[in-house]
Amino acid sequence: MSIDRRKLLQGGAAIAAGAVLTSPFIRPALAQAGGAMFTPEEGASLRLLRWVPFVKGEEDAWNANTKAFTEATGVEVRIDQESWEDVRPKAAVAANVGSGPDMVMSWFDDPFQYPDKLVDVTDLCTMLGEKNGGWYDGLRGYGEQDGKFISTPLCAIGNAICYRDSHMKAAGFDTFPTDTEGFLALCTALKEKGTPAGFPFGKAVGDGNNFVHWLLWSHGGQTVNEAGEVAINSPETAAAIEYAKKLYAVFVPGTESWLDINNNRAFLAGDISLTANGVSLYYAAMKEEATKALGEDIRTSNLPIGPVGKSIELHQTSTISIFQHCKFPNAAKAYLEFMYQPDQMNAWLTGASAYCCQALKGFADNPVWTSNPIHAPYAKASESLRPNGYAGPLGPASAGVMADYVLVDMFAEAVTGQRSTEEAIANAERRISRYYR
Amino acid sequence: MPDLPEPRAPFWRRLVESRNGLGLLFMLPAAVFLLCFLTYPLGLGVWLGFTDARIGRAGQWIGLENYAWLMDDPVFWLSVFNTLFYTVVASILKFGLGLWLALLLNRHLPFKNFFRAIILLPWVVPTVLSALAFWWIFDSQFSIISWVLMKWGLISQPINFLGDPWNARLSVMAANVWRGIPFVAISLLAGLQTIPQSLNEAAAIDGATPWQRFRRVTLPLLTPIIAVVMTFSVLFTFTDFQLIYVLTRGGPVNATHLMATLSFQRAIPGGQLGEGAAIAVAMIPFLLAAILFSFFGLQRRKWQQGAD
Repeated sequence: MSIDRRKLLQGGAAIAAGAVLTSPFIRPALAQAGGAMFTPEEGASLRLLRWVPFVKGEEDAWNANTKAFTEATGVEVRIDQESWEDVRPKAAVAANVGSGPDMVMSWFDDPFQYPDKLVDVTDLCTMLGEKNGGWYDGLRGYGEQDGKFISTPLCAIGNAICYRDSHMKAAGFDTFPTDTEGFLALCTALKEKGTPAGFPFGKAVGDGNNFVHWLLWSHGGQTVNEAGEVAINSPETAAAIEYAKKLYAVFVPGTESWLDINNNRAFLAGDISLTANGVSLYYAAMKEEATKALGEDIRTSNLPIGPVGKSIELHQTSTISIFQHCKFPNAAKAYLEFMYQPDQMNAWLTGASAYCCQALKGFADNPVWTSNPIHAPYAKASESLRPNGYAGPLGPASAGVMADYVLVDMFAEAVTGQRSTEEAIANAERRISRYYR
Repeated sequence: MPDLPEPRAPFWRRLVESRNGLGLLFMLPAAVFLLCFLTYPLGLGVWLGFTDARIGRAGQWIGLENYAWLMDDPVFWLSVFNTLFYTVVASILKFGLGLWLALLLNRHLPFKNFFRAIILLPWVVPTVLSALAFWWIFDSQFSIISWVLMKWGLISQPINFLGDPWNARLSVMAANVWRGIPFVAISLLAGLQTIPQSLNEAAAIDGATPWQRFRRVTLPLLTPIIAVVMTFSVLFTFTDFQLIYVLTRGGPVNATHLMATLSFQRAIPGGQLGEGAAIAVAMIPFLLAAILFSFFGLQRRKWQQGAD
């Protein structure tokens, strides 16, 4: 630990760490917790705005960790919850007016909407990365801007294919196909057996976006290039759409109207035998006596690899940002440092029962990933994750394109035959250029 | 020493004692309320429509750029078409069915009050709850309608209520009409009950047929109520949001996006406050036209008095 600290100081990257060393007191409790880098200001208290938890165990673990932090440091942390769609406007207003919560646990590119209103956490994140095997590239992308961390990556919400093992075998497949061609063959065979697959082509914030980004990226398409110039109009995009058309033809009818919950509902009712979802689908099936047998038939797999040759997905991602209006930035950093300590982080990952995937490689050996074979694909979420708006920079433009369902609409227009592939791409190109103007 | 002019009464005193001044004072709370909660937000919305404001960042004045982009945006025009179609068809249906229901309820039925109370139920249930019920009714896999029709052997696979563009438009409209009828029916019923029975009786003695009595006596006397009720009904329908948001979020492929839902999608989740505001502002001319039409069109006195 002391070596780390010296290294940081030598690098000149840790002014705050210097403040800790010269500070007249170091609280014994925190020192016991492994020699913390940050010491909270005297009389500090914090307010964290977070998304409403999806998994009870995750909430319990987070709150227990927070309580332990309060006991160790005396810093009260108040946690406010907002439904996940309301976190963005609330946090943006807080950033803009300079009051409200001190920290926000938010989704996707939110920190990039107001980077100049956030506390630079490069010192904290560099230290956490060095201690815990480094950040996954995709998640690092959600925290880092121009070489500076503006936000601390927290987790990826893993997305993986959930399928009925017996139905796959009945369709003539012994193992789950790993490439897009095999996947299409499986979906076609499932359709012939009357147990089709189904992915949302409707305005499903999470599932719809995850699916269409995978379609686009697995075929090598991208919305914009590295310079942020619109690059959707490409043969790769066209190939992705043609592939989507073939899939749509063998899906259960009605997927263009699906919102986030529909695939869960259809799967649990036995109307579809393959979809992609968070691990919550499996637990929902196991919870009810009526669907328990179905739950035991569930297997999971990562989404197949397309012509690009590697596993690439969007996944929901979450980061924690500290606002500049926070009166106790050191307390906020100390809180995060505490929450990312192995004891706390591991307890949290375990509590989330494979719903949240670690942002730091050092936590990849958390027992939750091996406790149940169902969890295994979700462990790779952070590895296969690629930031939204690839290959361009994150920011209001990338966020706007996703929130306006530009890609979902492009695929849905083409697969339902409302527009030809070329027209659908041209329409998406127009809309993307608007956001990246 | 010349007499000093009599000192003028203090301003406050004069204000309180003058008729107009006092009137102004009494009006003040209402005026402040209107200014703060109606004029200011409306003005701010109009202003935002001329800027590129995003959530969390004040905008720059960009003139008509938002509107120029919307003029060129097929999604926006689709939402305008959807909104007009939705409003016109749903309002006509609500008016026709509502008037019919009001006329029925105005008769001497057994359990009259019970029926009148029960008719209000769709209006009383919170929109989001009834929308959720309709969401299940229109579900692409579990629709009760599809299920029944399949049991009867009339169809072989579920109806794609919310997936096909026209099915989706008609489905959301059906939900809106179901919800809106009670308001129209009960208001028109109240109007019907203010029409003196003697007029109808006199017309009947003169040999008027029921249709003539309805056309020449009831309808003209009901027109002022119709004007008010339909103005409200059109405004509610035009600005509908909850039903669409719960049922389709504007899908499939924007086929049911109304201007209100598109404005929300772009402004709040999308963060483009300026553009969202511009879409909302673009609703104002339509709303004004609807109001002017009902007030000047439906309230012509001559028509009310029965002169063609």
